[in-house]
Amino acid sequence: MSEWRYWLNEQRGTLTGLAIFLVMFSVYVANHPAGFTANVVHTAANKGVLLAFVAMAQALVVITAGIDLSVGMILVLTNCLASWIVVGAAVPTTLGVVAVLATGTICGAINGALVIYGRLQPIVATIATGAVYFGLGLLLRPFPGGSVNEDLADALTGRLFGVIPSSLVALAAVVLIIWLPFRKSVAGRAAFAAGSSEPAAFMSGVPIRRGKFAAYLLSGLLAGMGGLFLTFFTYTGEAAYASGSAYTLWSIAAVVLGGVSLYGGRGSAVGAIFGAFAARTTGDMLFAFDVDPLWQPLLQGIVLMIAVSIGSLALLRVRNRLDWFQ
Amino acid sequence: MAMSEIQATSPLFRMEGVSKRYGGVRALENAHLAVEAGRIHAILGENGAGKSTLIKIMAGVVAPDEGRMLLDGQDATFRSPAGASAAGIACVFQELSLIPDLSVADNIAIANPPRRFGLIDRRAQRAIAEEALARAGAEDIHPRTLVKDLPLSRRQMVEIAKALASGPRILILDEATSALTAGDVAKVFAVLKGLRSEGLALLYISHRMHEIAELADTCTVFRNGRNVASFSAGSRTNSEVVEMMIGREYSNIFPPRQKRAIEQGRAPVLECRSLGWSDRLRDISFSVGEGEVVGLGGLEGQGQRLLLLALFGVLRGMTGSVLIDGAPVAISDPAAARKPPHCMALIPEDRKTEGLMLPMTVRENLSFAALDRVSRGGVIDRAKEEQLIDEMLRLLEIKTAGLDVPVGALSGGNQQKVVIAKWLMRKPRIILLNDPTRGIDVGTKQELYRLLRQLAETGAAIVFYSTDYDELIGCCDRVLVLYDGRIVRELEGDEISERALIASALNVEAGHEGTAA
Amino acid sequence: MSETSESRLSVKARLPALLRRADPAVLTAFGCILLLLLLGSLYSSNFLSPDYLLQQLKVASFLGVVSAGMMIVILLGHIDLSVPWVMTMGAMMACAAAGFGATGAFVAIPVGVLCGMALGLLNGFGVAYLRIPSMIVTLASNVVAQGLMVVYTGGFSPQDSAPPAIRWLATGTLVPGVPNAILVWLAVSAAMVFLLARTAFGRAVYGIGNSERAAFLSGVGTRRVVMIAFILSGALSAFGGVLLAGYASKAAQAMGDAYLLPSIAAVVLGGTSILGGRGSYLGTVAGVILITLLQSILSVMQMPEAGRQIVYGIVIIVMLLLYGRAPPSR
Repeated sequence: MSEWRYWLNEQRGTLTGLAIFLVMFSVYVANHPAGFTANVVHTAANKGVLLAFVAMAQALVVITAGIDLSVGMILVLTNCLASWIVVGAAVPTTLGVVAVLATGTICGAINGALVIYGRLQPIVATIATGAVYFGLGLLLRPFPGGSVNEDLADALTGRLFGVIPSSLVALAAVVLIIWLPFRKSVAGRAAFAAGSSEPAAFMSGVPIRRGKFAAYLLSGLLAGMGGLFLTFFTYTGEAAYASGSAYTLWSIAAVVLGGVSLYGGRGSAVGAIFGAFAARTTGDMLFAFDVDPLWQPLLQGIVLMIAVSIGSLALLRVRNRLDWFQ
Repeated sequence: MAMSEIQATSPLFRMEGVSKRYGGVRALENAHLAVEAGRIHAILGENGAGKSTLIKIMAGVVAPDEGRMLLDGQDATFRSPAGASAAGIACVFQELSLIPDLSVADNIAIANPPRRFGLIDRRAQRAIAEEALARAGAEDIHPRTLVKDLPLSRRQMVEIAKALASGPRILILDEATSALTAGDVAKVFAVLKGLRSEGLALLYISHRMHEIAELADTCTVFRNGRNVASFSAGSRTNSEVVEMMIGREYSNIFPPRQKRAIEQGRAPVLECRSLGWSDRLRDISFSVGEGEVVGLGGLEGQGQRLLLLALFGVLRGMTGSVLIDGAPVAISDPAAARKPPHCMALIPEDRKTEGLMLPMTVRENLSFAALDRVSRGGVIDRAKEEQLIDEMLRLLEIKTAGLDVPVGALSGGNQQKVVIAKWLMRKPRIILLNDPTRGIDVGTKQELYRLLRQLAETGAAIVFYSTDYDELIGCCDRVLVLYDGRIVRELEGDEISERALIASALNVEAGHEGTAA
Repeated sequence: MSETSESRLSVKARLPALLRRADPAVLTAFGCILLLLLLGSLYSSNFLSPDYLLQQLKVASFLGVVSAGMMIVILLGHIDLSVPWVMTMGAMMACAAAGFGATGAFVAIPVGVLCGMALGLLNGFGVAYLRIPSMIVTLASNVVAQGLMVVYTGGFSPQDSAPPAIRWLATGTLVPGVPNAILVWLAVSAAMVFLLARTAFGRAVYGIGNSERAAFLSGVGTRRVVMIAFILSGALSAFGGVLLAGYASKAAQAMGDAYLLPSIAAVVLGGTSILGGRGSYLGTVAGVILITLLQSILSVMQMPEAGRQIVYGIVIIVMLLLYGRAPPSR
């Protein structure tokens, strides 16, 4: 086999996610009345970026064979916080951004500490911390409101050179600055190894706890970035329970579409980004096909159901039934 | 002890008085070992002699209860595999330590990957992997392949390369050649000899006598968790070594066998015709008659456990056929296997995860497999349940503080009795036992032997896999010895001896008097 | 690891039967209930009045019915996240059926419950036969149920007010002074105790939760049991939704959203292990009452929603850290 085929095999999940997205997006654009214009791309990008951040956050935790049901609530909390403090002149705005991202990171660290050191099950632990994060968000913003530094917001949600959506550039920068170094770090490899096979990782002397904790920590940071961008898009903060749970839910769907294995050890945050954009396009596509918007949630649900069922095809290959129970 | 035969040079590694217990079972008892640089040291012993525990302790996977270890005369106690690895002890495990979703190169460099600017340098890592693979003689493996995409024999080579890449001073190989092809074995041997001349100390565990004859400089025999003899290679014959591995006092704890008159013209209760599954079971044919106890022997992992699972309907995609009372049957799952007319029972390998639900009560565990028998319309008839349980408690003399005690609170022997009792409640005709006496005390073992005989006399057909050769000799009417998924020998009556069992398990001729070690 | 758990078990075995059988988690939960009542009575003497307590039990009964279903699923080591929209669906469908004259009113409740069972079947099939993680299947079916309800309510304006029969079931009083909802909860509870303690199905549920491997090798039809458990959970969620509609006099979108977290919390706080296999129904009852009282006290003290969420979350985390931890890995 030549080198590129190994590369293909390594990136299969991510490429599947990309393919799903490309197919959906081209169908969408082909049926869009305006066609492939900078405006259409810009709108699609801005809609997708929020979910992409949350999906990356989810991917990091899922890679360790965990799950984070609080990502959506971290997004809500950081959104509410940003609508208070990311305001004013350059210096206070910068400090505000730092504080918002730090808050997200702390939320991730709390999740990680409870799961790794507190030995709680990720599902329950993050449902509970999700309630706390949502409560804090609601405390900050009992009613929708607040504001944000509009210059910064416009810069990050507008277009560069009139063509490229700057939110996409920001997303790419995050991939370069956070995801790629993580994947190439010892901690990142430990996260993958622990997710793939914790006993083998232990036997190989991998720093399991450090790797998992780093994954949870960065997951919080990424969710916080999502919250920040939400504020940039809406100029306000709002503690909406339904929106928080929807983000959590769709982050899991995006991760699955993007080829990240829910059993851990396999996948990439880049795949999760494609998955997020694909999931977003499902909704848009129904619009382009002029489907009654009422049907949108149902069709999305069915798409999601089919996506998660595909993974079970591997089951047909299991020849020793005891392997079901591992 | 037999240490005297070893030259009194100062060894690289020394283990003194190390003991390890699991629960009430002694895995290793006051073990001594001296490993010298530039030599290949073979460890011999039959199943359960303590070899695996010895290696796990050396590799930092488990901590010893007593004793001490010295490396270069310095105290060496490892808290984790990472600690042992840092001290220069690398281990090629029988149970693979590779991470399936990572590439070969990632796995080879996992303990200490090369870094540039704090991040893993994939190019350098690849170079390391290629070098390690080349050293292990496995250049055909591409470093970017994912481990889960490799067949077992290639994974084993990666495992060896991974151990070499850590630059060890002591290399432990635990049955490292068991999954390899003959060509690979030759390459690995050349590598090992090269390492010896580079001054590494090698610890080589294998059941294959001819391998030991070819490689080893020194041999140590383990038996019942103790090291019984150390000697330099070539100083003992094959049969002397087998003798040392046996060497247990032979107590008459087995009930007498009655030779049953085989009724002519009656189909055997259970019959297999060229049963196969994947490449792990091949062309298995045998039959078990009413009242017969058929043993499965051989080294561990030669397909005995899979054969029992296959009969019980756990494996999918089997070839060949299974006949019960002369009629072909297709058993889809354990639920079908336990129903009449098959009425099968399987006493599984691991009573803690497969046989029992430890936190649940004795009562709940006892009736778990027979719930359909003690309930009407899905509602449990408590009186009936109680009555059947009482019967079983009396039959097996299970000692428990009560029926509402969690079964995990019972002793190992009584737990095993509960597993057996839960199946006897169904009055099975075909009983499959997977090493039922592992880790239980002698008294209980004796009771189980009597019970087996009793069940056979009442007409059950029994298939009995045991890793303890004495049991096979004492309990079975016939023994099938498996090697690499095939039946290599069938022993009957007086043929069943420890010597014959070990020889056929190792797949060497019993009478062969070549110098093994 | 196994050694220590064994020695702990044997110490436990030596305790008198009564103490041994009383789960410390259940005792803790009941202790917390008493503590809450005590704190409440310091705040206002109304807290110990029969009227107040009956009112609390009535409010608790909706959560109680939903939690019963959740408990079966959690005992298996799974989870059901489709509760919110299955509840809503049950309520809406029951109200809609009642719109079809006399027959409709008669079958209203069965229709609602059947819809819940259908969704439960979907969940159960995905978990038992496709072996998709229960969390994912139930999340997806929650979206499907939501989608169905959005389509259903959007196209036309269906009847959403609860018919008298449902209202009577939730708020009427068959026995003077005792709201029917409490009687319904009692009946469901009695059925649950019977199911878990006295039937082969109940034993199988505990067995699978402890070790699905061992249950499978014992010849239990594990997949069937798992599927039935999810159907039951769907049915009870939908029934809880029907009752809630009767209490609120109407079915509304998102009416079930506030029940997911509390139902899981009630089961877990009642001492049922989230990993499955361990827990008593009495504990779940205690958990339900505990959470209802906590909510009530927080609202009487005029704690805003935000504070309530935070207190919930923290209480659950603290109790989990006290007795819900996994054994150390080495």
